[in-house]
Order: sequence, then C-alpha cells, then structure tokens
Amino acid sequence: MSILVVVDHDNRDLKPVSRNTLQAAMTISTEIDVLVAGYECASVVKSVVELGVARKVIFADSQSYEHAIAENVAAIVCQLAPSYQHIFTAHTTTGKNFLPRVAALLDVQMISDVIGVIDPETFLRPVYAGNGIATVKSNDATKVVSVRGTAFDPIAAGTVATIRETLTNSDLPEPSPTKYVKDELARSERPELNNATVVVSGGRGLGSGENFALLEELADALGAAVGASRAAVDAGYVPNDMQVGQTGKIVAPDLYIAVGISGAIQHLAGMKDSKVIVAINNDADAPIFQLADYGLVADLFEVVPEIIQKLKENT
Amino acid sequence: MKILCAIKRVVDANVSVVVKSDGSGIDLTNVKVSVNPFCEIGVEQAIQLKEAGIAKEIVAVSVGSAKTQEQIRVCLALGADRGIIVDAPDDLEPLVIAKILKAVYIREEPQLVIFGKQSIDGDNCQTGQMFAALSDLPQATFASDLTITDNVATVVREVDGGLQTLQVPLPMVLTTDLRLNVPRFASLKNIMMSKRKQIDTVSTDELGIAHERHTETLRVERPPARTAGIVVDSVDELLSRLRNEAKVLP
Repeated sequence: MSILVVVDHDNRDLKPVSRNTLQAAMTISTEIDVLVAGYECASVVKSVVELGVARKVIFADSQSYEHAIAENVAAIVCQLAPSYQHIFTAHTTTGKNFLPRVAALLDVQMISDVIGVIDPETFLRPVYAGNGIATVKSNDATKVVSVRGTAFDPIAAGTVATIRETLTNSDLPEPSPTKYVKDELARSERPELNNATVVVSGGRGLGSGENFALLEELADALGAAVGASRAAVDAGYVPNDMQVGQTGKIVAPDLYIAVGISGAIQHLAGMKDSKVIVAINNDADAPIFQLADYGLVADLFEVVPEIIQKLKENT
Repeated sequence: MKILCAIKRVVDANVSVVVKSDGSGIDLTNVKVSVNPFCEIGVEQAIQLKEAGIAKEIVAVSVGSAKTQEQIRVCLALGADRGIIVDAPDDLEPLVIAKILKAVYIREEPQLVIFGKQSIDGDNCQTGQMFAALSDLPQATFASDLTITDNVATVVREVDGGLQTLQVPLPMVLTTDLRLNVPRFASLKNIMMSKRKQIDTVSTDELGIAHERHTETLRVERPPARTAGIVVDSVDELLSRLRNEAKVLP
C-alpha cells in the first residue's frame, strides 16, 4: 500500500506539522512518497531527504506552486494520484484549501481533520467542535485524508535512502488564472502557535488590544506563543491568526495558560488536548475551570504581573 | 451580477450537544437550529455587494429536508431575493452536496458562489472547495475582505501565518471567514416582506444526482473527559505546582 504525503513548507523550510503528518501516514504503511510542490525550494527537498523516511521525494518545481494556489496544487496531486491508495496532508489552511479539490476531482469523499488511524480505511475525527469523536470508514478506492498535527507525534528520523525526482514545467498541468498579489505574514520572534510547547492565550477579560502587551510579556518570560479566544478576535483586540478554537487553530502544548477566557465550547475545542491547562479568571463560575488542571480565581491585572516578576526572579 | 449563496441548517452554536449513549450519533431531538454562522456571513456579503450596486440578484440555496425552509426564510428576510431548496436527506456527504450544487450552478449561472468556510456540525471544511473543483472554478477560501472590480475579485484570505491576497477572475467561489463582516439582524418589516418571496423546491432526481454514499460513520463517541483540577490560592502555589507537580516549568 503506497501513500503520497503532500508536505507543508514556505519554499525555504519544511513546516514542522509535516513530520506529524508523515507519522500518521507511517501508521498505515512505510511505502511513503512525498510531494513538495513549490518554487526553487531545494532546501525543503533536502530536509525531506534528511528525514530518511520516504522512498521518494517528488519535487514539482514551478512558479505556479510558490504560493500554494489551491487549483494548481490540486491539479499536480491529481496527476500523481493514480499511483497511490492514500493521499495525506496536514489540516492546515494550505491543506484545507487544496485537498477537498483533489478529493472531488478523484470522486472521493475526503476525511478531514483525522486524529486517529484505526486501520487503512477507518479513521477517527472530531465533529461538533470536538463534542463527538466519529469513527469513519471510507469505501473509496483512494483515501484522501487531512491530518490534525497535534494528534500525532513528529516522525523520528530514519535511514531510508530517499530518491529525488524533479518535475518541471513541461511535466506539469496548466496553471489557474488566479493571481497571487501578496502575503502579510505576522512576524514574531516567539514560537509559532501551532508547535509551541507553551501557549499563553487571552480572552475578552483582557479588555483591550493594548492589554495584550501584558500577555506578550508573560509569553516572553515563558518562551511561549500568544493565542486568543474568538471573543478577543471579534472584539478587535488581536488578529485572527491568533485565534485558538474550533474555527481557528488547534493547539496541544505541554502548558496552556488561559487568561481572562471564560471557556466557550468553541474555544475548548482548540485547546483541550493540551497536557496541562492553567486558567486565570476572576469569575469562579467560568466554564474554563471545569477542565483546567490549575485554576487561579483572581484579577488577571494583579496576578499576571506577579507571575512575570516571579518567573524573572527565578532565572 | 447574480450571486448564489449556499446555506446550511445546523444545530445552533450555543447548544451543548450530547452524544447518544448507543454511539449512533449526536442527539438532535428538540435542539435549536440556525443558519450556519459562516453561511450567514456569506449572505451578508452578498447583500453588501447588492447595496453597492455590484450584484443584482441574490439566490439562497440549501440542500436538505423541508425544514430547511426556515433557514432559507431567514436569508430572504436578511435580503436574499429568492430561495431554492434541493429536497434531500439531511446527512448527505460534502461531495454529494457539491455535486448537487454544481447542478444548481449550471441552471442559475451566477458569477459568484459564496459558501461558509465550514459548517459547525460536521466541521469538514470541504463543500466550497469540492464545488469549485467539480465546476472547474477558481476559489478563494477563508476570505476576510472582498472587492470586485472589472469582473475580478480581490480577496484577502486568512491563512495560518497571517493574510494572503489573491486576484481571482469571475466566475469564482468564495468561502467566508469570521472577519469578512458582521451579519445584520432582519427587521420585522423585512421578515414580513420575506413571506412573499419565492422559494422553489427541486428534487435531486430532477437535477440528476444520486444519493450515493462514500463513507460510513461506524460510531460517534464522547471524547475522553477532562476533569477539573484544583483551585490554587496564590501565584506562589501555582508556580510551585507547575514546577514540582506538573513539571512543565523549569
């Protein structure tokens, strides 16, 4: 049984979530080929080879893949699909964008956001904001699957000698008329929310965007990423790429500190798999305390500065 | 320009759903239902394009049982001009819904088709993209801003690292993200007026689409429960426990 894993990258680095996706694929078969669809991204191909887990890395090198335009990535995946029984990618905004197109063009019902593999055709996935875990069996000849990275460990490096194959423009499908204009990516010295080991998140309790500076200071004292609840995003305190929850990012760090977050179901869906959860809120009845390992009922504007000060004293 | 807005009837976002004890699914008896919040953002976007003189007609379409009429009515009260219900079981897979909507697209020939980015029940995030692929249309998913000039849509998309801007020629498919707009409330007058707007019901037979199934849901279970831990009295106790008990701080 052979699997095609389409990896996430930014033309320079292989995204860490790709290793979790490879681990999910490895639970089914070791016959894994990797597709790197990108432009001038030899460093990404090199990273895949160095991982030593794939039989082959297929590098589709074209400007039309530089910005992961869904129509273009879907077309090359469909061109390669007949050789595979499974197609895996991460359930990131990139994967969510192109993989349903692949599935539709192959006449396959895709299985989204997979958190467990029962057997090669049966998968676990959350529904209703994680309030239910569905066991879904695919009857399609090709299984098209997007993987929730936090549900699988990153794959360990192996010793497989990976063959390189490069496809250039003459081998590739016609590009879509969609034009890329620009990216405005958040620049931060802090770890990425998706893979941080510690996450500090703020909610409406912060009261304003300016007050998020307090959380940033706490995050810096802990080497953490900063997240937010949908309420804080809706209130305009912070941008949407910081949103943790059902329709935002799913995180599962070793330590999650929820500050001024009441704990709506939709937020809990994005963080309840964290190993240790701390909640700081002045409302003792806030639902977040029902799943926090450690709760501190207090005014965040008093205790967060105290935590920062004591963390700094300790170093 | 004509806009087709795809709408889904879902359990309301504020309902705490319960998994049935026999593992057969979610208990949907007597729960409050709504228009999927992302679909509502789609309808609002269409109305804003009509108010700006860019769109002439807004058609709201949904695939589901006769009860879906309530949600189509809501869209008509908000400002859609007419509705279409494709009579079908409520539990169709996204692929089949995409095939049905493609058949509606061919009949209606809209220049813009708007979907919510995901439904809050199945959480699949597939239908818009599948529809676009089957209809051979370009797409811009997770939109937080849209401008249309000279038959080209400039769309700002919410991506994991921030924002991406694309220019997509019409006809195209848009899926909405949260910050695209804040949906309005329907006025009483518009709710009354909407009762006179037309809703057509078509069958999947008329559209020539079979109710095929590609997957089976074998069971739905409760996720492993997390229990409440302890309430600490002070910052000192919190830090001490995080260091010595949970061992997540150095």
